[in-house]
Amino acid sequence: MRVSFEVNGEQVTADDVWPGESLLYVLRERLGLPGSKNACEQGECGSCTVYLDGVTACSCMVAAGQATGRTVRTVEGLAAPSSGSERRLAPIQEAFVECGAVQCGFCTPGLLVQADDLITRSVHSGAGVPDEEEVREALAGNLCRCTGYVKIVDAVRLAATREAERVAEAGS
Amino acid sequence: MAGTPTQTRTPLSSATEDGVGASPLRPDGTLKVTGDFAYSSDMWHEDMLWGMTLRSPHAHARIRGIDITGAVALPGVYAVLTHEDVPGAKRYGLEIQDQPVLAFDKVRYRGEPVAIVAADHPETARRALDRIHVDYEVLEPVHDPRRSAFDEDCPRVHSDGTLPVHEEYNQRGNLVRHQPVRTGAFASGATPAELRAQADVVVTTDYEVGMQDQAFLGPESGMAVPAEDGGVDLYIATQWLHVDQSQIAPALGLAEDKVRLTLAGVGGAFGAREDLSMQIHACMLALRTGRPVKIVYNREESFYGHVHRHPAQMRYEHGALSDGTLLYATLEIVLDGGAYASATPAVVGVASSLGMGPYEIPNVSVDAYGVYTTNPPCGAMRGFGAVQACFGYESQLDRLAHRLGMHPVDLRIKNAMSQGSRIITGQEIDMPLPMAEMLERARNLPMPEPRAVPTESNPPDLRTLPGGVANTTHGEGVVRGVGYGVGVKNICYSEGFDDYSTARVRLEVIGGEPTALVHTAAAEVGQGLVTVKGQIARTELGVERVTIHPSDTGVGSAGSSSASRQSYMTGGAVQAACAAVRASVVALARRRGLVPSELADSELRLEGGKLVAAAGPVAALEDVLDSEVVEETREFHHRPTQSLDPVHGQGNSHTQFAMCVHRAVVDVDTELGLVKVVSLDAVQDVGKILHPQQLAGQIEGGATQGLGLALMEEIQVDHSEIRNPSFTDYLIPTSLDTPPMRHEILENPDPNAPYGLRGAGEPPTLSSTPAIIAAIRDATGRPLTHAPVRVDDIVGLHT
Repeated sequence: MRVSFEVNGEQVTADDVWPGESLLYVLRERLGLPGSKNACEQGECGSCTVYLDGVTACSCMVAAGQATGRTVRTVEGLAAPSSGSERRLAPIQEAFVECGAVQCGFCTPGLLVQADDLITRSVHSGAGVPDEEEVREALAGNLCRCTGYVKIVDAVRLAATREAERVAEAGS
Repeated sequence: MAGTPTQTRTPLSSATEDGVGASPLRPDGTLKVTGDFAYSSDMWHEDMLWGMTLRSPHAHARIRGIDITGAVALPGVYAVLTHEDVPGAKRYGLEIQDQPVLAFDKVRYRGEPVAIVAADHPETARRALDRIHVDYEVLEPVHDPRRSAFDEDCPRVHSDGTLPVHEEYNQRGNLVRHQPVRTGAFASGATPAELRAQADVVVTTDYEVGMQDQAFLGPESGMAVPAEDGGVDLYIATQWLHVDQSQIAPALGLAEDKVRLTLAGVGGAFGAREDLSMQIHACMLALRTGRPVKIVYNREESFYGHVHRHPAQMRYEHGALSDGTLLYATLEIVLDGGAYASATPAVVGVASSLGMGPYEIPNVSVDAYGVYTTNPPCGAMRGFGAVQACFGYESQLDRLAHRLGMHPVDLRIKNAMSQGSRIITGQEIDMPLPMAEMLERARNLPMPEPRAVPTESNPPDLRTLPGGVANTTHGEGVVRGVGYGVGVKNICYSEGFDDYSTARVRLEVIGGEPTALVHTAAAEVGQGLVTVKGQIARTELGVERVTIHPSDTGVGSAGSSSASRQSYMTGGAVQAACAAVRASVVALARRRGLVPSELADSELRLEGGKLVAAAGPVAALEDVLDSEVVEETREFHHRPTQSLDPVHGQGNSHTQFAMCVHRAVVDVDTELGLVKVVSLDAVQDVGKILHPQQLAGQIEGGATQGLGLALMEEIQVDHSEIRNPSFTDYLIPTSLDTPPMRHEILENPDPNAPYGLRGAGEPPTLSSTPAIIAAIRDATGRPLTHAPVRVDDIVGLHT
């Protein structure tokens, strides 16, 4: 079958899709977007987290056909669009690198999308910088095996704090 | 990169930025956060095929026949291969070549590979597997490791005469290795009863450690690409490229130089990538079809596709005098190796030599057994035989302290080892081991705030309580406990293995700037070795621009990313290669007449892009090098070790010892058996901090894997069958299960190691498990002899 949807601002089409394929498979194997990861493919680990119409979802649990006509945003779409050779990292991406929140990095793409969503729901909705407990609750569906989460929590708090400062400056 | 840098920078050992001791950003970090980092499962090729594996549904069965005709006939299927198609050696293995590439005659565990297919789509491949008919004669599983070890009538997992014999391992029946250790009176034949009679307090307990999974997030995967020379190029996630190559090439019937490996992105390892998984299969399919073949395990297959941590059954007896002095101890530990040997002999070597932990005990008797069963194969996992024993001996120390009325830290300090002590193998600890100081520091770390007493106006924060927002308690039935754990781990390979790594370092001027290129075959598995290699090159060569070459078999072996050894071994190799480059640079500078003749080589160093003497710069590196390329390759070997003698287990089997102390604070819902770890704080001596931020990541991540073993992680095996091969049923810690963690780092250098460093990845995985379980005992008074602790154990249903 043919599947068409929008991903990271671009209209895409995949042909000859077997109806049993997941959105994750189509992204990774047919659209050249392997950033979303295939760690468990049963909706438990969060490594394949993407935005689907603005809501985070495990793309391994979404049949490819269900994405038809919808809007998908993946880890590849978090950074600002390329200008020349330099791609500007999103604040949450910068913070992950700076804080040492990345080790093997396989959980990182899903965590970044989930953390981006948390910052949107908190800082950008006027609810302020999430405290440690809020961050831990928000990320509880994303498994990491390397870090013990300490530096991930640090990174999310750092990015949220910077976003809050940016929002405050823009508002003043 | 924009933004405010927040990482701390400790004083540099040289004037060059981002050298040893600093916390530079990891060079692969940006690729990993943009999604552009190419992991082994991300490999893609225009005309690639998908490989898939048919696995045995039985734990133990004779294969009477395999019929592949239905699979071959399916459109879109390009190859269906069985053991008959293995071109070369039919078996492989890390230490003992006992594992079939594809099963023949018999299957010995549930999930053993029997046939492989290549097809144009994973679903086509899956359907092809359904059309392969294997005729099995089902046999009784050999699932009880104690029976396998001690019952001479137990059926054999491997028939006599089919495997090479290792006399030094005391093999018989299903025993892969039996390693005894005897010291003091036990060495001269004393019985436990004789020593028991001299002790004031005796504690005897049976303990169990469950089968833990490494649960790396990136499943086994890779791509094999057939080459024009009849060889194959394999892009693979592994821990040791050369040991893979040395097993793949014979199976393919190819010379080693025809099997070229490049490290693809590795999604974690923790020991599970020491053994081969899909490597030979992908190569066989690629060579047969003439097309690139990609294999990616899913999570369920991953549980069958790699070895696990050995489950252990342990009986410990400790006798002490009334003042707490340890008089004697005995241990019998049975490690279930499952169907194939993997690293079992080496795991037994660690469990025996470190089985009593870092305590002075004059009389010791240890018997460590590794056995074949038809259970899932077990091998390397972070901590490697020392984890299981550490849970046992630390639990014993706590029980003894309780019986003696002593604080658990005081009893440990009273019997603590230190520099100059001898472990039970007779080996002297010839490096600093400030165990008593570390224990005191752990005890004196600030305690977390006491739990607030909820009131009408001040309701409890559910998120801080056991059960969390599931709202299972508002504090009623919740009791706080504190526990300690300390463990000792050998670093690097042991028992006479010639452990080495290789580095090639090139220095040249690129774009007007001196630039170093560091090439090794070492596996970056997430630990941050890529960062450390660059730091060492900067410090040693005084240049800021360093490029890390992809790891491949185009340079000599680096050994495994295991045993906390890569900073030591590959770090040592990079340091040695840099020293050789430096010497060549100095010689070149002299040839060019840039060095005053009164300056000796020993007075010259490289710093800030210059050749420097005490009085100041001698020459800029650009001028010294000009268009010359200086390249040197060096091997670094650690000092030799000895095997353990097979009778009394004596010998200098290890090259370095490392230690971590943990203090855990827990809140336990004593009615529901739920646990919230409130804090998990560590004191560790690492000799020299190479990268403070990455070191913290190792301690926090290692402690969290120990937390998993303490509270939730166990592969449930029933009659050799895995009951929970998924992340739905095998739980690993989430962000809600883990507490904030504090650590104090000591830097007492090991004079034998590069920069004095000590391997840091494994020790926290040893100590956190017993610390957490001790804290739960402190809160509940339950014996808790099984790791992981089960809800039933906490509420007392098993006692």
